[in-house]
Amino acid sequence: MIDKRVADLAAAVAGIEDGATVLVGGFGDAGVPNDLVQALVEQGAKELTLVGNGAISEVVGHGRLIAEGRVRKFIASFPKGRGSKLFEPGDASESVELEIVPQGTLAERIRAAGAGIPGFYTATAFGTPLAEGKPTMEFDGNQFVLERAIQADVALIKAKTADRWGNLAYTGTARNFNPIMAMAAKRTIAQVSEIIDPDPLDPEYIVTPGIFVERVVAVADDLREEGRQ
Amino acid sequence: MVEALNRNQVAWRVANDIDEGAFVNLGVGMPLNVLNYVPEGREIIFHSENGVLGMKPLEEGAEPNLDLINAGKQPISMLPGGAFFHHSDSFAMVRGGHIDVCVLGAYEVGQNGDLANWRLPNTKSAPAVGGAMDLAYGARQVYIMCDHNGRDGAPKIVKQCTLPLTGAKCVTKVFTDIAVIERADDGMVVREMAEGLEFEELQERTGAELRLANDWKTLTAPDIAPPEKRAR
Repeated sequence: MIDKRVADLAAAVAGIEDGATVLVGGFGDAGVPNDLVQALVEQGAKELTLVGNGAISEVVGHGRLIAEGRVRKFIASFPKGRGSKLFEPGDASESVELEIVPQGTLAERIRAAGAGIPGFYTATAFGTPLAEGKPTMEFDGNQFVLERAIQADVALIKAKTADRWGNLAYTGTARNFNPIMAMAAKRTIAQVSEIIDPDPLDPEYIVTPGIFVERVVAVADDLREEGRQ
Repeated sequence: MVEALNRNQVAWRVANDIDEGAFVNLGVGMPLNVLNYVPEGREIIFHSENGVLGMKPLEEGAEPNLDLINAGKQPISMLPGGAFFHHSDSFAMVRGGHIDVCVLGAYEVGQNGDLANWRLPNTKSAPAVGGAMDLAYGARQVYIMCDHNGRDGAPKIVKQCTLPLTGAKCVTKVFTDIAVIERADDGMVVREMAEGLEFEELQERTGAELRLANDWKTLTAPDIAPPEKRAR
């Protein structure tokens, strides 16, 4: 019997190795798998390459991993929230290598990895500092920049509902990067509010099919920026 | 006496420039304010980069949903006909030319339509670009909403941008407190000027070379209170 459910958060993040490239979903505080991130902090993996839209604070999510000194490099579009001191001179995170990527290019680089596409051309960033050093190509008289897919070892994502097959459904704008990150990693681990059983999710409403998911863990009172909800 | 618009009135002016049925993305900050001034009865569908079409401001007193936010991380609610989608689809809408208008802020707009709005020099803060570059290159129309002059009086519309670019030759129209300026093939054309402003004075307050449209109009807006100063 296929059963992707794991008993707890520790089991969910077991086996993530030092030096791994880790995708972490979410935008703002919506759809960030804060509990999985906290479990990864406790698990101890370090020297990580972290990929995500940005850290909103040092308290939860991406910023938590960074503040704990587990991240060697952060690939992001908006690396930190307004109130945070991350990456500023004098902060412990100052030495983290930052790769700033336009948000849509970041999303497409992740999607491309999941779709088996090694790179793609986009007009975004042509003529700006973020295209420096990247190959360019002219198509039909317009200039485009070559962007490479971001292959990852692990994706930590969050959804609303799962079934034992690892199918996922989301809520509101908590979907954001999660479905494409699920596709782009060798191992995808999903934190969900609820796992329904024994009935499966309605196939018409599944956003992430279980083929992209290895483990699901249910966390009812999930950790948010403002505390447990 | 020049009757300059306040920032809420500029948001009103931008909202009134957007056609029925348009798909519109609003940048974080001042542009999000455009949501509040959609003319009664005009159906405009607002896109937010984090995966939503059909958002509207949260009703006063309504309970915010932590999983329903806009690009500025503010709580929102939904209009009938709205939809949720993932980030790759969201930016396919942008990159693929499906967004009719985006409204962005600016540090500098060049005479040739170059835009700089993501990176200031000598800042301690880590660089952050968000979705601005994707919008600058992908949206069919790039509207800029900004003060005509900075606090030090320096013009925001300049001959040539000196700050790191967000997009090259992407700006189509600029809405400021004293003018509406359109980028045409042959340069920057003034479509509207504030009451009491002479073209010569407008040109003096602008770095780029301007041309006054033959059919230019007075830039006016209804009485709207300026935004409250945010505590820092």
